[in-house]
Amino acid sequence: MIPRYQTILFFILLAASLVMGVVLWQLLERHHQRLLNGEDSAPTQAPLVTPAEPATLEAANDADNTLTAEVQSLPLPQSPGDRARAILNRLLALYAAPGSTHPVPGGANGVAQVFLLPAGGQGDHRHSGPELAVVNLTSAFAANHPSGLETETLTVLSICATLRANLPRVTEVRFLVDGQQRATLAGHVDLTRTYLTAAALPAAGVHP
Amino acid sequence: MHWSKRVLGRRPRVVALAILAAASLMVGAAAQSAPNPAPPAPAAPSARFVVIVDAAHGGDDPGGHIGNQPEKAITLALSVRLRSLLAARGIQVVTMRESDVTLAPDRRAEIANHAKAQACLSLHASTSGFGIHLFTSSLAPASSTPMPAWKTAQAAWVTRSLALSGVLNSALQQAGISVTLGRTSLLGVDSMTCPAVAVEIAPERGEGDTAATMPDDPDYQARVAQALAAALVEWRSEGARL
Repeated sequence: MIPRYQTILFFILLAASLVMGVVLWQLLERHHQRLLNGEDSAPTQAPLVTPAEPATLEAANDADNTLTAEVQSLPLPQSPGDRARAILNRLLALYAAPGSTHPVPGGANGVAQVFLLPAGGQGDHRHSGPELAVVNLTSAFAANHPSGLETETLTVLSICATLRANLPRVTEVRFLVDGQQRATLAGHVDLTRTYLTAAALPAAGVHP
Repeated sequence: MHWSKRVLGRRPRVVALAILAAASLMVGAAAQSAPNPAPPAPAAPSARFVVIVDAAHGGDDPGGHIGNQPEKAITLALSVRLRSLLAARGIQVVTMRESDVTLAPDRRAEIANHAKAQACLSLHASTSGFGIHLFTSSLAPASSTPMPAWKTAQAAWVTRSLALSGVLNSALQQAGISVTLGRTSLLGVDSMTCPAVAVEIAPERGEGDTAATMPDDPDYQARVAQALAAALVEWRSEGARL
């Protein structure tokens, strides 16, 4: 003979099991629905892959104080400012790589933005004349840059020469660090002046 | 009364001056009447030849780091060596600093410009590259103006700075030290109104592009200082010929 209280307990546990089963089933359905909703909001078009284009990098060499042109293929955005930033960051990635001829440890992605403005303060955005490139470096890049006359000069000249090689309308370059003007790159080279890209190439004894 | 007292008080000085003037006249007359005049002395270099030796950085600004030494210590050591060598050759030297003090680039240019020096050397040190790096201002040469702009005052001296760089290059190469030449924009140097060259001492090149000697090596510094001193003596004699 089964005691009455055990019978009651059995039915209570059976009911709880059924309720839990129903709740679990509903949670499963809800989760499945959420996944389906997520799929609905996913892009239905494949992302556009920018075709790789050749870009000329004027890479510096500390051993002989020269710049050497190096053509690399990389996907480039259409906007000129973003294009300049992508090219310069590839140049700085060369310097950050081990065994670089111009080592700047941790210098990859050292260019935060490049702004292109009419040279000489023309103020017309639709002009087709010479341009001033304002290169905004990250403070991490400046902080990690080795100190020295030659190394800092080569960094500045290689940026100017690379901009000239890829964006011929850029005739002048100014530098900022985290959006602020800074006296020197790493204690030597003047970052307050405007650099002429035409003067960057012969001054450093560029190798073709 | 007072007037006569002052004249009487000055009488011994007046007499001494008169004797000196007479003596100098007699010596001059004797020299002119000498039967065998001494052969003419070699052309004396410019009466006033001043060299500015600027040990870069200092005080709050350590510059870079070479081994376990800050750049400011190495430039000061090189400056002291060079000052001694130049003084021994009878060249008047103005050093920017003799101790670990902070000097702003503009203050350095002010000191150099007041000295009206015939050569200004800004000394630096680095672990990048090899040998000695000689940098002159990247400003475009310009003609001299009565009131040059402060930040581009060196433009009127760029041609002379390049000539000085050539003399330094020759002397360093003769001493067996490799040299690279370049142009740069350096705060302070761009404001100097003298032939100015920034001299950066980097590791000496060894076998297979390795650093044989670091810039903090005293023997290496001594060889560099000797070559720079020899170059400045040559520069002085070139100035006398011009």
